[in-house]
Amino acid sequence: MSSDTPVIELKSVKKSFGPVEVLKDVNFSVRAGEVTALVGDNGAGKSTLIKGLAGIQPYDAGTILFEGKPVELHSPRQSADLGIDVVYQDLALCDNLDIVHNMFLGREEANAGVLDEGHMESEAANTLTSLSVKTVKSVRQKVARLSGGQRQTVAIARAVLWNNKVVILDEPTAALGVAQTEQVLQLVRRLADAGKAVIIISHNLQDVFTVADRIYVLYLGKMTAAVKKSETNQADVVGYITGAKTQEVGA
Amino acid sequence: MSNQNAIQTGNEGSFLDAGRNYIARVKGGETGSLPALLGLVILATIFAVANPIFLKPINFANLLTQTATVTTLAMGLTFVLLLGEIDLSAGVTAGLSAAFLAITMSEYGVAWPIAAVIAISMGMLIGFLIGLLVAKVGIPSFVVTLAAFLAFQGLQLVVVGKGGLIGIDAPPILAIMNTPMQLAFGWILLAIVFLSYLGTSIYSRRQRTSSGQQNKPLGILIFRSVAILVVGAGFVSFLNLERGANPAVTSLRGVPYVVPIVLILLAVGTFVLNRTKFGRHVYAVGGNAEAARRAGIQVSRVRITVFMISSTFAGIAGILMASRQASVDAAAGRSIVLNAIAAAVVGGVSLFGGRGRLSDAVIGGFVIAVIDNGLGLIGLASGLNLAITGGVLLLAATADAITSRKSRTS
Repeated sequence: MSSDTPVIELKSVKKSFGPVEVLKDVNFSVRAGEVTALVGDNGAGKSTLIKGLAGIQPYDAGTILFEGKPVELHSPRQSADLGIDVVYQDLALCDNLDIVHNMFLGREEANAGVLDEGHMESEAANTLTSLSVKTVKSVRQKVARLSGGQRQTVAIARAVLWNNKVVILDEPTAALGVAQTEQVLQLVRRLADAGKAVIIISHNLQDVFTVADRIYVLYLGKMTAAVKKSETNQADVVGYITGAKTQEVGA
Repeated sequence: MSNQNAIQTGNEGSFLDAGRNYIARVKGGETGSLPALLGLVILATIFAVANPIFLKPINFANLLTQTATVTTLAMGLTFVLLLGEIDLSAGVTAGLSAAFLAITMSEYGVAWPIAAVIAISMGMLIGFLIGLLVAKVGIPSFVVTLAAFLAFQGLQLVVVGKGGLIGIDAPPILAIMNTPMQLAFGWILLAIVFLSYLGTSIYSRRQRTSSGQQNKPLGILIFRSVAILVVGAGFVSFLNLERGANPAVTSLRGVPYVVPIVLILLAVGTFVLNRTKFGRHVYAVGGNAEAARRAGIQVSRVRITVFMISSTFAGIAGILMASRQASVDAAAGRSIVLNAIAAAVVGGVSLFGGRGRLSDAVIGGFVIAVIDNGLGLIGLASGLNLAITGGVLLLAATADAITSRKSRTS
């Protein structure tokens, strides 16, 4: 794999719900070490695109290339096996479990059928420490007792713990205050700097321009723009989002 | 070393710190079975003052055997409740299992161990079918198990025969509820419980130490060990007192055989819930099924399995029921499921899923049994008895709802 091969490349991806075409021939690519922002108005198809990558709602047609090789994504397990992890806005964590349990959810470590709590605990603590997380006091806290920013931190740390190649963040700052948003954005930047391909979905262009390297815009199921942050500005991106401006992508 | 991390593991600090943390958790709403335990002490005190018979060894042994069936059922139901589901059919499943136990022995001459296995397997099969309908077809568990509740009553009428009654005469089955163990067995039982607690605790401390993990303060281990010894010794010596009505003719002393059976179910079930992947997945699905699904947990498999566990426990409860009554009638098990659900909820198992332990169900079972037993001794009308049990259930459900709302909004 050459260094400029995208980690994920989608070609002519389509998805319909009955008569409604939600994704129309969408092309999309993500590179390692970069934060790729996916923006668009409500109903533009952002969530559908992401659910396809997560294996929750497979695409109807189109090609998925992972590190240059064609792959099928029909279940969350397949995505997870490839190293694609989605951090959902509010569906990610079980409130009744603690931080360690949540970080290892679905991938618990066990010795002869007995959970290895000690090992999981130190791995979780090490991961949080490696991300310079200072807001979480104890890894044995119940997630129900955490603030929005802390929850988001745990969800992101979970993706890091699993050494994922692609981390998809769905509106990671939507419910956060100013200081917490700042912390989460720094964490997102550190993820990309650590060599991961990061996809961030956001309505907040301020955040997008703070953290992203590349910006993709969806408009009514079509990818209307794919630009480097350095080559565009907020006014143009707003134009793409509202459909006032168009740039042909992947032609 | 974890103590060099800025992030703690919750095991730091002294014995007193651990106590303070516990109090903080209770104040924060994580009360567990504490209210039920307090209620148990208060109720027992009231009944003991009102009627001294309540504290007699014979009544205590009665209480244990009265509660065993409901408690076993409640432990199985706890698995289902942990997913936020319900199993209304557990009682009639117990009844049907008891009927199969009785009929295979009396009509077909099957040996009692095989009959018991058939009865328990039948429970398991019923649970599998219920789980399949809930998890794969997507029918709400309330409706599926209500349908089973009605249908199995009919099936049991057919099996037992209208107005019929099948006697049980296999001595080992009858012994479970009616014969006490030899006096020494009670002490051996206590030693086994104590040593397995000590053994597993020391083993997990060793493991944590060897991987550089912080251990809980040693004081907690000592405190719990002493508590097990003191409470256990109290139970055993009390049950080893003479409780026969006429000791000169028949002496009746010792721990009933049903006690180790319930303890084994409690220990195995607790181990599965706390120490295995499956147990963790049960809590995860109960806490947030969608998150669990997205984490790759096979939610429908977990659903089917908990219904199988619940019905298997019901099958065992059916054997206990048959043992206690020495017979099975056409209506056996019809009324006990609501008591079992009440027991679990009163003990602190949440109806909203994701919160609760098997020991909660056991404690709740005691509360329900003490109310029943104590009010009977005081001589209150049985209508009042039901009303009070209902009131206690409502109180527990209210506490549950408030706690769940608190943890959702915080």
